[in-house]
Amino acid sequence: MNRYERQIQLEEIGKSGQEKLRNASVLIVGVGGLGCPAAQYLAGAGVGRIGLMDHDRVSLSNLHRQVLFNEDDIGRSKAVVASEKLARLNPEIQLEAIEEALSVENSEAYFQSYDLILDGTDNFETKYLINDACLLTRKPWVYASIFKNEAQLSVFNYQSGPSYRCLFPKTTRQNISCEATGVLGVTAGLLGVLQATEVLKIILDIGEVLNGKLKLLNILTGQQQFLNIRKRPEEIERILKSGIEPVQLECKLADETRTYLDIREEFEQPKLNSDKVIHIPLSRLDERIWEIPRDEEILVFCQSGKRSRKVVDLLNSEYGFENLQNVEGGIQTIISNETEADDASKPERIR
Amino acid sequence: MKIHVKYFGQVAEAVGKTEEVLDLEKGTNLQDFKTRQVRAYRIPDPHSVQIAVNQDLMEEKDLEEGDEIAFLPPFAGG
Repeated sequence: MNRYERQIQLEEIGKSGQEKLRNASVLIVGVGGLGCPAAQYLAGAGVGRIGLMDHDRVSLSNLHRQVLFNEDDIGRSKAVVASEKLARLNPEIQLEAIEEALSVENSEAYFQSYDLILDGTDNFETKYLINDACLLTRKPWVYASIFKNEAQLSVFNYQSGPSYRCLFPKTTRQNISCEATGVLGVTAGLLGVLQATEVLKIILDIGEVLNGKLKLLNILTGQQQFLNIRKRPEEIERILKSGIEPVQLECKLADETRTYLDIREEFEQPKLNSDKVIHIPLSRLDERIWEIPRDEEILVFCQSGKRSRKVVDLLNSEYGFENLQNVEGGIQTIISNETEADDASKPERIR
Repeated sequence: MKIHVKYFGQVAEAVGKTEEVLDLEKGTNLQDFKTRQVRAYRIPDPHSVQIAVNQDLMEEKDLEEGDEIAFLPPFAGG
């Protein structure tokens, strides 16, 4: 009995297709709601080498959609836990856990050693970074993004097709993650499996790859539609000529007269740089409590308002603070939200 | 002339619906129409919102009877 018998039976695959899978390598950037299910099916299918890149650790609120993880994995590295579990699923493949965040410095070197990249990230900064590094290393990448019950799926930089910058040449300041807006586990699972499907089609050279097309899905209405993406050669040539163009999502406070405490971790977006904001990541709060002033009112915020509420309760009850107030609704409620059309003329990209 | 408009993601949230049929003056320019909708519904971050006409993402067009227009914002969740 062969592990891959049921897929080798398919005419499109056969023994030669299985051989293509064995010789293929995929780097999964972000081992979360999208990356976990994608990794499970790619490992099961026998993709010879899979890189699992994530700097984050498993938390309780991940488990409803990142079903690769269990409760006793909480606090452990996602990349490491995923590679251990996938090794039990398929010991015949090579798994590489990369406990790092993708950066301008490391992206090209990592991408160079894989055939294609699967985007399991949840922020614009990293999506533009994946795009640019893929252009520079000439690798295709499989993109997915979710907003509540809607999703987008496409393949970029494949056979001279369009890039992510062709679809969205201008980014938005409103970086809204699933952590902040909420998402059903099945939405992320569905999209991750669709991404894995695109990866298999590319490796096996079968079917129709979502190249130059954006698939839009609404999981509640069941509606789906395709939009044709126009190639913007100038968006591609600029990156090829001048290298990675980091996108920094920075925003401004709506009210600069108040003092704020940002308890989000370093990697959380958008960044809020202001003299009025004290940054103490939750993971380092214990050792830095003394930095929080007690003589003025401090507004404490995180991405959604949930972690910061716990922090305010804790600091009040355990450390006797009386000047802290939680920002319900998180960062999106305290940043200035310019919505007028004439705002389009402002440069939103900081190079 | 009648056109069919679809809204996605945060644009749909700002507009309060996912689609509508509108009656426009013949030959209305796509960018003028976008600006009109952005102002009417206070659509956030309009410069990032892409527009498709009859399933093709594009920037310039004189709209015609029966055109289907999609307002597509970038998503980042995952």
